[in-house]
Amino acid sequence: MLLIEDLTVEVGNKRVIEGLSLHIPEKETHLLFGPNGSGKTSLIMAIIGAPSYKVIKGRIIFKDVDVTDLPTNERVKLGMGVAFQMPPVIRGVRLKDVLRIHTESLSKGGVMDQMNKMGLSAQFLDRDINYGFSGGEIKRSELLQLMFQKPEFTMFDEPDSGVDIENMEVVGKALGELLEGRSGLVITHMGYILKYIKATKAHVLIDRSIRCSSDPQAIFKQIMECGYGRCVECLS
Amino acid sequence: MSELKKRAEGARDKNAVLGPDIDLEEYTKGPSDYAPVPSISDVPESYHDGFLNIGVDVSEKDRSGSFVQVDSSVLCSTTAQEGLEVLGITDAINKYDWLEDYLWRLVSVDTDKYTSRAELELSGGYFIRAKKGVKSVYPLQACMYIGEDHTFQNVHNIIIAEEGSELHIITGCATGKHIQNSIHIGVSEFYVKKNAEISFTMIHNWAPEVNVRPRSAMLIEGGGVFINNYICMSPVKSLQTYPTAYCEGKNSTAVFNSIVYATDDSNIDVGSKVVLSGEGSKTEIISRMIAKDSSSVTARGHISGTVSGVKGHLECNGLLLSQNARIHAIPELNAAAEDVELSHEAAVGKVAEKEIQYLMARGLSSDEATALIVRGFLNVEIKGLPDHLRREIQRTIKTSQDSFM
Repeated sequence: MLLIEDLTVEVGNKRVIEGLSLHIPEKETHLLFGPNGSGKTSLIMAIIGAPSYKVIKGRIIFKDVDVTDLPTNERVKLGMGVAFQMPPVIRGVRLKDVLRIHTESLSKGGVMDQMNKMGLSAQFLDRDINYGFSGGEIKRSELLQLMFQKPEFTMFDEPDSGVDIENMEVVGKALGELLEGRSGLVITHMGYILKYIKATKAHVLIDRSIRCSSDPQAIFKQIMECGYGRCVECLS
Repeated sequence: MSELKKRAEGARDKNAVLGPDIDLEEYTKGPSDYAPVPSISDVPESYHDGFLNIGVDVSEKDRSGSFVQVDSSVLCSTTAQEGLEVLGITDAINKYDWLEDYLWRLVSVDTDKYTSRAELELSGGYFIRAKKGVKSVYPLQACMYIGEDHTFQNVHNIIIAEEGSELHIITGCATGKHIQNSIHIGVSEFYVKKNAEISFTMIHNWAPEVNVRPRSAMLIEGGGVFINNYICMSPVKSLQTYPTAYCEGKNSTAVFNSIVYATDDSNIDVGSKVVLSGEGSKTEIISRMIAKDSSSVTARGHISGTVSGVKGHLECNGLLLSQNARIHAIPELNAAAEDVELSHEAAVGKVAEKEIQYLMARGLSSDEATALIVRGFLNVEIKGLPDHLRREIQRTIKTSQDSFM
C-alpha cells in the first residue's frame, strides 16, 4: 500500500525527516511511537504532501504510484486520508461545507446517523470548522469527515489526545471502523486506543528516523515501563 | 442667494479629505428628459441587464415599492403598501415644506466639492418614508443607473422612518456596459425616529472607469435601530465613502456590515463611523475586504463613545489574493467617558497556507480550496434582518461572486 524509501524532508532549512524507510502492506495498520519533536507529525505531513514539507531525497510510493511530487489532492484521490492533530480554524467555512466534498446530500439520514454515532449534535454542521471546538470535538469532527471520505489508507495524528474517557470509546470504535479491512498509520502515546485497532506492527521514531520496528504490544509495554530513554539506550 | 447656496458655492473647489481628487469639470449633467413610466416593469429592457446583480427585481416579487433613476431622470417611483412613500426628491421638496429641515442637516453642504455639487447641480435622488407605526412587509427597491458616458449623477436622498415604523430598503447602483468615465455623487441622510428601524442594503456594481463619492449620515433616536449592509463586488475606478451614524437616542443601535471584493486596479476607500452619545447606545461594525489583481482597499472604522455605558465593537478582516494588491485597515476607537466598552479586531493577510492544505487533504485542488475559503470569508452572518431579505443578500453575494471570481 505504502512504501517509503530513504526519505529526507526539510521544512524551511530544518531537516525534520532523515533517511526514513517504511513499508505498510495492504490491509495492515501500523503504529508510530516516538518522543515529542522526533518527527512523527512531519512524516504524516510529508506523506500527504503538505507544500512546506520539501522532499530532499527518497521516494514515496502509494499503491504502486510514485506520489513524491504529486499535490495533496491527487494523493487523496488515490485513496489517502488524514485525521489532523491540530487542524486550522477556517472562518465562514462550515463543517457541512467540508462534508459536502464527499457526500452529495446532507439532508439524507446517513449524515445524522454518523453524527449521532460520533456524539456530535446537528448544530455542528453549521459551525465554522474547528472554531471553538474542544479537543475532543476536533478529533470527532476529523473522524466524521473521514467516515464520508472513506480513504483506503488513513493516517491518524494522535486521535486519542485530549479525548476524555467517555469519548475514548466513540473515537476508538470509529478508528476501528475506518481501519477495518483497510490500511493505516496511527500516532499514539496511549494504550487505550490499542483495544480498538488491530495493529500488526509498531515503529519508534527517534531523532528524525525510524529506529526500531517490532510487535506493537511489545514496543508499547517497553515504552510504558522505561520511556523512550530505554529505546535510545538500546539503539546506542 | 440663499445661505445654503452660498456655503455650497464656497466649497465648489474644496478637495475632499480622503480619496483621490477628481476634476469635476470633465463631466456634464446626464439627460433629465427621459419619459417617466408607470411602473418598474415598463422600464426599457435595455436597462434590465444592469439590474441583475444589484438586487433590483423588475417583477417586484417580494417588494413593497420601487424607485428607478437613470442618469438625471426619475423613471418611476411607486409603492405597494399603505403608509410607505417613495418620491423623487424634487417632487418631495415641492410637496412637503417641512422637508427643508431634513436636507443638509446631517451632512454639511460645504463638506467638500462633492456635497457642494450635489446642492448646486442636483440631478435627482429619492425620498423614502415609512409613516408612524408602519412596517414594510417587503423591502423597497431603489436603483440609480448611469447610462450616458462622461456625465455626473449628483443625487440627494432623504430616508425617514417615523416613530415605531420599520423600513427595509435595497438600493442598487449600476452603469451601462459601455460607460467609460462617469461620476456618481450621492448624499443620503437617514432619520430613524423613536423605536423605528431602517435596514439599508446597498449593492454597487459600477464600471471600471467610474468614480463614486457617497456622502451619508444617519441620526438614530431612542430605541431606534439602523442596519447598513454595503456590498461592492465589481471594479470601480475610485470609490470613497465614510458614512457617520449618530446614535443620539437612548438605547439606539447602529450596525454596519461591509463586503468589498476589489479587482483590477480599483481604488476603494470605505469605512463606517459611529458616534455613541445616547445612553446605552451600541454599535457593531463588521467588514470583509478582499483585494485581488492590483487593487487597493482602505478599510476604515471609527467608534466614539462619549457617554458612559455605551458599547461598540469593530471587526475588520482583509484577504489579499494577489501580490500587487494592498489592504490598509485603519480601525479607530475613541473613548471619551468612563465605563465605555469599545473593542476592535483586525486581521489582514493572504489566505493561510495551512487552511488551503487542510482542504486539499480533504480532496480539493488548491484553487477549489481557495475559492471555498474566500466564500467562507464573505459569509458574514447578518443579524437583525427579516429572513427573506437575508436570503436575498446571500443570493446577491453569491451571484456577484459567480460572475466576478
